Amino acid sequence: MVAQESHGHAAPQGFIRKYVFSLDHKVIGLQYYFLALTAVFVGMFLSLLMRIHLVWPGASIPLIGEIKPETYLSLLTMHGTIMVFFVLTTAPQGGFGNYFLPIQIGAPDMAFPVLNMLSFWTTFVAYLVMLSAFFVVGGAPLHGWTGYAPLSALQSAGPGEGLGADLWITSIAIFCIASLMGALNFITTTLDMRAKGMTLMRMPLTCWSWFITAILGLLAFGVLLSAGILLLMDRNMGTSFFLPLGTINGVLTGHKGGSPLLWQHLFWFFGHPEVYIAILPGMGVASQVLSTFSRKPIFGYKAMVYAMLAIGLLGFMVWGHHMFMSGMSPYTAFAFSVMTMAIGVPSAIKTFNWLGTLWGARIRFQSPMLFAIGFVSLFVSGGLSGPFLAQPVLDIQLHDTYFVPAHFHLIMGVAAIFGIFAATYYWFPKMFGRMMNESLARWHFWFSFIGTYAIFMPMHYLGMAGQPRRYSQGTELAYLKPLLPLQKFITYAAIVTIAGQLIFLFNLLWSLRNGKKAPDNPWEATTLEWTTTTPPPHDNFGGHTPVVYHGPYEYAVPGAPRDYVMQTDPATVVAH
Amino acid sequence: MGLLLLCVIWLITIASTYFFVAKTWWLPTGASAAAAAIDHQFAVTFVIMGVIFVAAQMALGYLVFKYRDGANPGRAGYSHGNTTLEVVWTTLTVILFVGLNLIGEPIWASERWRPAVDDATKVEVTAMQFAWYFRYTGPDGKFGATRPELEDPSSGGEAALGLDPKDPASKDDIVTGIMEVPVNREVEVILRAHDVIHSFFVPQMRFKQDAVPGLAIHMHFTPTETGSYEIACAELCGLGHYKMHGILKVVTQSEYDQWITAHEADKQ
Repeated sequence: MVAQESHGHAAPQGFIRKYVFSLDHKVIGLQYYFLALTAVFVGMFLSLLMRIHLVWPGASIPLIGEIKPETYLSLLTMHGTIMVFFVLTTAPQGGFGNYFLPIQIGAPDMAFPVLNMLSFWTTFVAYLVMLSAFFVVGGAPLHGWTGYAPLSALQSAGPGEGLGADLWITSIAIFCIASLMGALNFITTTLDMRAKGMTLMRMPLTCWSWFITAILGLLAFGVLLSAGILLLMDRNMGTSFFLPLGTINGVLTGHKGGSPLLWQHLFWFFGHPEVYIAILPGMGVASQVLSTFSRKPIFGYKAMVYAMLAIGLLGFMVWGHHMFMSGMSPYTAFAFSVMTMAIGVPSAIKTFNWLGTLWGARIRFQSPMLFAIGFVSLFVSGGLSGPFLAQPVLDIQLHDTYFVPAHFHLIMGVAAIFGIFAATYYWFPKMFGRMMNESLARWHFWFSFIGTYAIFMPMHYLGMAGQPRRYSQGTELAYLKPLLPLQKFITYAAIVTIAGQLIFLFNLLWSLRNGKKAPDNPWEATTLEWTTTTPPPHDNFGGHTPVVYHGPYEYAVPGAPRDYVMQTDPATVVAH
Repeated sequence: MGLLLLCVIWLITIASTYFFVAKTWWLPTGASAAAAAIDHQFAVTFVIMGVIFVAAQMALGYLVFKYRDGANPGRAGYSHGNTTLEVVWTTLTVILFVGLNLIGEPIWASERWRPAVDDATKVEVTAMQFAWYFRYTGPDGKFGATRPELEDPSSGGEAALGLDPKDPASKDDIVTGIMEVPVNREVEVILRAHDVIHSFFVPQMRFKQDAVPGLAIHMHFTPTETGSYEIACAELCGLGHYKMHGILKVVTQSEYDQWITAHEADKQ
């Protein structure tokens, strides 16, 4: 690849150029990662407050005081938004993707380093704008992360729908711009910057997942950006894209002719692919880690690639399954539900192949592997509630009940988070040159794995019993009162699980300075990041460009001297 | 570690499945004509997904135990997969998932693809922050006009809906705070919302539909058991969402006739 010569840039010297406005994809990756790390603890803290309010509504919380119903809805909105955008979109793609995509394909950097820096700092601005919504008059918006109009479009619709809502939408719009820049960069890098011999079908599955995620981002975030701008215009410039003739508390809104369903269509046209933006990188990492620690090639590499492509493609044709009860034509529900069921097929292929990878393996139970196994378990559990919700006839009962948060938290929430944890434990040695503490990692795994099930499995039961989502209290309806003990159990489980995350935070920060020195290839893995020094030099490979001779998962190759063949090992190592 | 993982994964699977199978928490008892078919579809889906869930989790637990490092001699098996197995597995899931969906579609079609029958009890349900109002046509069988500029929620009743007194059809309209309908007769619901989106949800009726400003959504359901049922709002509508509830009273035809006649007499 001739083009990449021109992208080389000298290692910067000053602190600002090196660590703040850095062009190095590795530094930018870490910036994204640490942004997501602060965001995940903010998001988790908000969920803790929600769980406390649900079961002890009168409780006074130090520094915050008593939580009111509208505050609960603000917490809910900000929890969802921060987690989806600034954690699940930011860490796996912006963080690990940025750091490891160029290295895994043998490139010295991303295709557009300046764009890369801009996309991080734009994300950072979006994050600050999002957090600022907490501190303005009226507080953060209460319209939920989906921001359904007219609730999100009218200042008078409730507390938080004033400046807080404007900041919320502005932040998302800025985030969209950042993600579009990032997506372009990822796609170009994957297509143009691969080292000699790194054919598409020799790319690690992580690279495939980042590549497909970037394509989804490019197509989805543009739509959300437009929708966000229209919503801002409805709110502030008197337009009526999403607002029909209506009143709030008897007072005419002054709008007419718009369609609240238009917002839902635009939002979910983004929102459904977004689910895959969150989970695809997790699938890539799980595949990479399962193969490495099974000491076996991934089962069905090509099927894995095609399955991810199919998920990406079908992911754009299923958005209507969020709208079966919305007033959308009931005939379209048929098409949307068939497509949604169809998307279960590639997901099933992936699960089948992960189990196939474990078959006949020699499993090493190091921390990345524990989280990858946890990922598979959670992916199965969260995935199998999908075919309930994909059927419009069952949605009559289950839509907007706790069954839905149970489903999406398991699959796009916690499974994706387990992907991030697996990636953290797996790549920490490469990124920081030190190992994380293994026994702390194990404790963290058990707290997270058991805790997650204890929190989210019971939410299915609540949903079946008819508990609607987004209720700040379950005391107003008689049929919800018998469910309070279950809600209490979930809150206790959440407190314990959240406490377990402090083990992770401590381990991460402690190991940065005190971890054992990491060798270049601590896991005896095969992909290119393990061929370079730990941590990698500024240009990733110390002045040379690797040449690739093998597929990404050549473990247990018969006749090879070691049980793994690295991608750069000479072709003669194995007789194909 | 392999054994520990096996035990934990299997225990989680058994415990989760137990509460589903024991029906400790389950769908509330159905009280409408659609309930039997919907519950059956739920049960079929539940059995299929339950079997896959248990099989996949048990397999995962078993594999991580069986193939733990050190338990078997030598290197792992060198295999890049098996195309025949992939094709078989893919075909099976396509048949299962799409088939499951297709069996459910006729139920959906009978609920949502046809208009209400002609002699259905017509009730207009209007949602606003944070109350439900119910309107009956009165003897003329017609709903009178409503005008947003006349809405006065603080006065409640007809004023809250903005009923136009100049429209002759509105003279006999009955507006109530409780929804009362006769048993075993289809109810045609006309859903409206004044301000933001709400959702009309009666779990025992297996009925849910969003009420959207700007739309009048026609739906139907047939209650089959008399009794009093809670109406919950299922779409986030603002700070009072959790307490926006109403009552659906299903009574015998004669009780309903008495009730509606009494209301009609009040209007005279």
